[in-house]
Amino acid sequence: MGRLFDFMLPEAKSPTADSTDALFHFINEVSLVLLLGITIAIIYFAVKYRRRSKDDKTPVITHNNALEVTWSVIPLMLTLVIFWWGYTGWLNLRAVPDDAYEVKVTGFKWAWNFEYENGAVSPNELHVPAGRPIKLVMISRDVLHSFYVPEYRVKHDVIPNRYTYVWFEAEEPGESQVYCTEYCGTSHSMMLAKVIVHEPEEFNTWLATANIPGSGTPVEQGKALVETNACQSCHSLDGSDLIGPSFKGIWGREELMSDGTTITVDENYIRESILNPGAKIVDGYQNQMASYQGLLDDDQIDAIIEYLKTLE
Amino acid sequence: MATAEATTKTLKVQRFKPSENPTNTYLTDEKGVWAWMTTVDHKKIGIMYLVAVAFFFALGGFLAIALRTKLLTGASIDFIDADAYNQLFTLHGAIMVFFVLVPSIPAALGNFIMPMQLGAKDVAFPRLNLASFYIYVVGAIFTFIALALNGLDTGWTFYTPYSTESGSSVIWVTTGVFILGFSSILTGTNFITTIHKLRAPGITWSKLPLNIWALYATSVIQVLATPVLAITLLLLIMERWLGIGIFDPAMGGDPVLFQHFFWFYSHPAVYIMIVPGFGIISEVISTFSKKTVFGYWAIALSSLAIAFIGFLVWGHHMFTSGQSAVATTVFSFLTFLVGIPTGIKIFNWVATLYKGSIKMDTPMLYVFIFLFLFSIGGFTGIMLGTLSVNIHLHDTYYVVAHFHYVMMGGTLIALLAGLHYWWPKMTGKMYNERLGKVSAVLIFIGFNVTFLPQFVMGSQGMPRRYYNYIDQFAPFHQTSTIGSYILGVGFLIMLYYLLHSLFRGEKAPANPWGSRALEWQATSPPDFHNFGHTPVVIHGPYDYHQPMEEFQLGIAVDTNGHGKDTHVEPDDPELDKWKNYSLG
Ligand code: HEC
Ligand code: HEM
Ligand SMILES: [Cu+2]
Ligand SMILES: [Cu+2]
Repeated sequence: MGRLFDFMLPEAKSPTADSTDALFHFINEVSLVLLLGITIAIIYFAVKYRRRSKDDKTPVITHNNALEVTWSVIPLMLTLVIFWWGYTGWLNLRAVPDDAYEVKVTGFKWAWNFEYENGAVSPNELHVPAGRPIKLVMISRDVLHSFYVPEYRVKHDVIPNRYTYVWFEAEEPGESQVYCTEYCGTSHSMMLAKVIVHEPEEFNTWLATANIPGSGTPVEQGKALVETNACQSCHSLDGSDLIGPSFKGIWGREELMSDGTTITVDENYIRESILNPGAKIVDGYQNQMASYQGLLDDDQIDAIIEYLKTLE
Repeated sequence: MATAEATTKTLKVQRFKPSENPTNTYLTDEKGVWAWMTTVDHKKIGIMYLVAVAFFFALGGFLAIALRTKLLTGASIDFIDADAYNQLFTLHGAIMVFFVLVPSIPAALGNFIMPMQLGAKDVAFPRLNLASFYIYVVGAIFTFIALALNGLDTGWTFYTPYSTESGSSVIWVTTGVFILGFSSILTGTNFITTIHKLRAPGITWSKLPLNIWALYATSVIQVLATPVLAITLLLLIMERWLGIGIFDPAMGGDPVLFQHFFWFYSHPAVYIMIVPGFGIISEVISTFSKKTVFGYWAIALSSLAIAFIGFLVWGHHMFTSGQSAVATTVFSFLTFLVGIPTGIKIFNWVATLYKGSIKMDTPMLYVFIFLFLFSIGGFTGIMLGTLSVNIHLHDTYYVVAHFHYVMMGGTLIALLAGLHYWWPKMTGKMYNERLGKVSAVLIFIGFNVTFLPQFVMGSQGMPRRYYNYIDQFAPFHQTSTIGSYILGVGFLIMLYYLLHSLFRGEKAPANPWGSRALEWQATSPPDFHNFGHTPVVIHGPYDYHQPMEEFQLGIAVDTNGHGKDTHVEPDDPELDKWKNYSLG
C-alpha cells in the first residue's frame, strides 16, 4: 500500500514536504482501514442476514449508547491528531527562515515574471540556488492566480491588491514544474513556468549575465519586453494563429479591420494597438487584449516596435 | 402545538387498508397540461420538479461527456477550444449544483413524499409551493438567455476580479441564480411550517421519519444561508453594472472578501445537497432490512448538528487564499468537527443492517453504493481539511474527485436510491428490477473508473480547470474519460427502463417493499388528497416488530370533509378492535 501512496505523490524536493507526505500517508492508511471495515461489514451483513422469507422477524435494537460514544470518540481523537499534525506542518510552511533569498514574482494573464535582487528578470523561469531557503514575494497584475509547485508541496494565491508569499528550499540542482492553480481565463492551463535550481556558484554566474530590463540594444530590450509581458501567449512568433494575430511578418503588413477599413502596420498603429487595443480590431479576432497603458512607457514601446520590425 | 392536543384525545379510529386497485388517484384527477401547470398539488409539483431536474441532469451530463472527451488528449488545439472548454466546465458545474442537486431531493422527492410521510393533504402553503416552482423556471430562463448571449466562463464560483472583468454574461447568470435562491428559500419555509403544523395525529417528534428530520435540517440551512448568496450576487451585479468597487481591487475592493461571501453560502449549500440524501438512506435501509433504524436520535440530531456546524467552516475553501492565519487554523479545526456527526451516521446505518432481513433490491443496492462512495468522499474530505496537505491538494484534480465522490457518489446516488424506492408510489408502476441492477452496477463501475484516477493525478499535481495537460497525466485522463462513457451507458439504460415502466410497466402494489412508513399506507399512486382519511399513527415508521394492520389506521367515520371515501377498503374483520383508541 505504501508503494501506491508513494506513487500518488510527485518526488519531494523541499524539506517541508516530508511532514506533508507523512501525513498524506497516515490519513490514507487510516481511511483505507476504516473503508475496508465498513465495506466488509456491509457485505458480510448483506450475505449473512439476507432475507430468507417474507415473514422474517428482526430483533428490536434501537440504540446502544456505549457504541455511539465509541464511534464518536475514536474518530474524534483521530481527527484531533490529524488536525494538530497538519497544523504544525502548515506553520512550517508559513514560517520563512531568516536567511531566505528573496525573489519577486508577478503573475499576470498568462505568464509569470521573476525579478531578482539586482533587477534582473526572467519570464516563466524561476532560477534559484540549491540548498538555500527561497522566499517568493508575489503579486498579481490582473485577476487571481495561484503559484503551485507540486514537488515542493507549496501553493499560494497571487492576488492583485496585496503581497503574498511562499517559501521552499530546493535540495538538489534540477527542474520543477510550476502551475497556475487559480482559474484565470482562456490560457489558465498554459500559465506554466519552470523552477531551475542551480549550484550556488552557477546561480551567481547566471544572475550576473541575466537580462536586466533597460540594458542592451533596443531590439534586445524589445525582445525581453515581449517575453516578460507574455505577448507570446496570444501572439505567436512562428506564424501560427493564437488568440491574436501572429507577430511573424507583422511589420508593414496590410490588414483588414473588423469595421471594413484596411490599415498598414506602422509605428503609430502598433503604439495604438498596445495602448488602446480596442480602437481597431483586426478582422477575425476578438477584443481580448488588455491595454498596457501605465505598464509600458514610451521607450519600451519603441523598443518593442524595433523588435517587431525584425520578425520577418 | 396541534399534535400536543391530539395526543391527549381519544380518537375513534379504524383500519384503512389501501386498495390495490385505486380507481381514483392524483394522476386521474385534474388531467391535462393546463391542470398540471396550475396545480397546487404537492405531488404534481414534485413530479414537475423531477422532470426539470432530470432535464438539467441530462444537460449537465452531456456537457460533462464533452469535457471528458476533450480531455482524452492534452492537445492545445482540439474540437473545442480553450474558451469553449472554460464555458463548458462552468456551465456543467453551475447546472449540476444550482439546477440539479440543490432542488433535486428536497424540491422533487421531498415535495412528493414529505406531506405523505406526515399524513398531510398537502404542504402548508400549496400556492407558495407552485410559486417556488415557477421562480425556479424563471431562474432557469435567465440562465438560458446567458447561454444564448455570451455564455459564462467564470467557473460556478464566480470569483472576482475575473468575474468583474469577464466578457461573458455574468449578470444574466447571477440574476438567474439570485432568482433561483428565492425558490429555495420559499421551499424551505414551506417545509419547516409543514413539519411543525401538519403532522397527523400521533406523529410526535420521536415518531418523525428520519427523512423528515433531514428535510427539516436542510430547510433550516436553506432559509438561513441562501439570502447570503443573494446578497453576494447582488453586490457582484452592482459592481459590474454600477461600477461600485466592492471586490475588484482596480476599483478599491477586495477579491478575498468575495470568497468569504461566496463560501458562507456555498459551504452550507453542500449540506443542502447532502443532508436530504441522508434522509433517503435511512428510509431505504430500514425498509430493506425490515428493521428499526439503529440510533434514531443519533441520526436525527447529527443532521441538525451538521446543519449548524456547517455554517462555521466556510473558510476551509480558502486556506491558500491569503485569509488570516488564525482564521485558517480555526476553520481547519471546525472542519474536523463537522466530520464526526457524518461518521456517526455511517456507523449507525451499518449497525442497522446487523441481524436485519436484508433484501438487495435496486434501492438497497444504491444504498450500498452510497455507503462505499460517500465514505471515500468523507475520508478525502478529512484529507483536504488538513492544513499542510490541503496546501498541496487545493485546486487540483484531487478536489475534483473529492467533490464528485460527495456530490455524485453521495447525493446523486441517494437520489437514485430514493427515486427507485418511491417510483412505484409516485407512478403506480414497477420498473424492470434486473435492468435496475445492471444499470446500478454499471454506474458504480463507471463512476469509480472516472473519478478514482483523478485522486492519483491530483495528488501528482494536475491542477483543475485545465484545458490541456502535460503528457505525464495522459493515462489518468484517458482512463477517466473511458469511465465517463461507462457511466453514460448506465444512465441511458436507466432512462430506458424507467420510461418503459411508465408505459408498459407492471402495476405496482400499494406497498411493494412491505414498509411500515406512512407513505406506503396510501394507494399507488396515491389519492389526490394522499389518504382518503385522516391517518392516525401509533407506532414509529420503523417498528417492524408491530403488525402491519396497526400502521393503517385513520380517524373512523369522518371522511375528512370530502365525501364518502371509495378507494380505501375498511375491510378489517377485526374492525371493532379499532373503534376507540386513545393516543398518548
Ligand atoms: C490576451 C491576449 C493578448 C495579449 C497578452 C497581447 N495581445 Fe496583442 N492582440 C490580441 C488580440 C486578440 C489582437 C487582435 C484584436 C485587436 O486588434 O485588438 C491583438 C492585436 C495586437 C496588435 C495588432 C496586430 C495586427 O496584426 O494588427 C499588436 C501590435 C499587438 N496586439 C501587440 C501586443 C503586444 C506588444 C503585446 C504584449 C505587450 C500584446 N499584444 C499582448 C491579444 C493579445
Ligand atoms: C451529480 C453529478 C455531478 C455534479 C454535481 C458535478 C459537479 C461538478 C462541479 C461543481 C464542477 C466544478 C466546475 C467548476 O470548476 O467550475 C465539476 C467539474 C467537472 N465535472 Fe462534474 N459533476 C457531476 C457529474 C459529472 C460527471 C458524470 C462527469 C464525467 C462524465 C463530470 C465531469 C466533470 C469534469 C470533467 C469537470 C471539469 C473539471 C475541471 O476542469 O476542473 N461531472 N463537476
Ligand atoms: Cu490561472
Ligand atoms: Cu466547504
